[in-house]
Amino acid sequence: MSEVSNPLNKSLWGGGRSPYRIGSKKFGMWLFIVSDSITFATMLIAYSYLRVSTETWPTPFHIWPSLANATLMTIVLLGSSLTMVFAVNSSKNGNRSHVVRWLVCTMLGGIIFDILHIKEWLDLMHEGVTLVQNPWGTPLFGASFFSLTGLHMTHVTAGVVYLGIIAVGTARGKFTHEDVESSGLYWHFVDLVWMFIFPLVYLMSSNLN
Amino acid sequence: MSTYSSSKQESSKIYIWVWLWLIVLTAVEIALAFQELATLLMLFLLIALSMVKAGLIISYFMHLQHETRGLKWSLIPPMIIVIVLLFAFFPDSIRILDLRP
Repeated sequence: MSEVSNPLNKSLWGGGRSPYRIGSKKFGMWLFIVSDSITFATMLIAYSYLRVSTETWPTPFHIWPSLANATLMTIVLLGSSLTMVFAVNSSKNGNRSHVVRWLVCTMLGGIIFDILHIKEWLDLMHEGVTLVQNPWGTPLFGASFFSLTGLHMTHVTAGVVYLGIIAVGTARGKFTHEDVESSGLYWHFVDLVWMFIFPLVYLMSSNLN
Repeated sequence: MSTYSSSKQESSKIYIWVWLWLIVLTAVEIALAFQELATLLMLFLLIALSMVKAGLIISYFMHLQHETRGLKWSLIPPMIIVIVLLFAFFPDSIRILDLRP
């Protein structure tokens, strides 16, 4: 891209210079991420508040299978973030087939994460945890656990669909680098949120004896 | 796009390093869970470690360190202020244990 043709490179007094030097799609994604991070922060703080203020908080997460499962989920999601970085890098270099390949790897990571998560949910439900009761302690545990992890799972699932659309569009040459970059921002954000959910939900309520 | 993003063609090496650090910090968190610390201390340590991880993800994976200063200042401080405000009632969670009959 030459200096002249790029409207973002004009001088401050020439007009038309973007203060943030990013496209509107990417900026929109950043704004969404900021607001979404506050949503998750609210739920995490509510969970932590209940955890600290309740003496009968259940600690259902044993080393095996819950904690091992959650650790595996963390590694899978972190791995999918790395493949997403590679997808954005390939997109920067203009290598479309590589972008699609890395995007598919990222989607696979998301799908494995979802499968592991649903398996864990089913195990907990099998043990008798519902939104309003559980066999161990305060009934609030089920509601806060399922709403927090459920919101995150929704984000992962939506992200897999989003990346699928970006992958198909990139393969057809319909999308630009900015679209891939925006989807990357979203995916890393989902990973970032899990970096808080894993310690605050699982490690804080673990029973390792 | 590369003309104004100011970054050279970074090799993927740095990302693999960041990724390894994220794995190491996760391992530290899991090791902490085995230490049977007091609930509040554990909570603070885990939040601190997670904030380091979040910083790594935001600045490297999400490329925020290569963006303009204006964007960083527009996005990060408002988010931090709002999240800090959410903690306004958090001290009650400790007090409430003593208030119960």
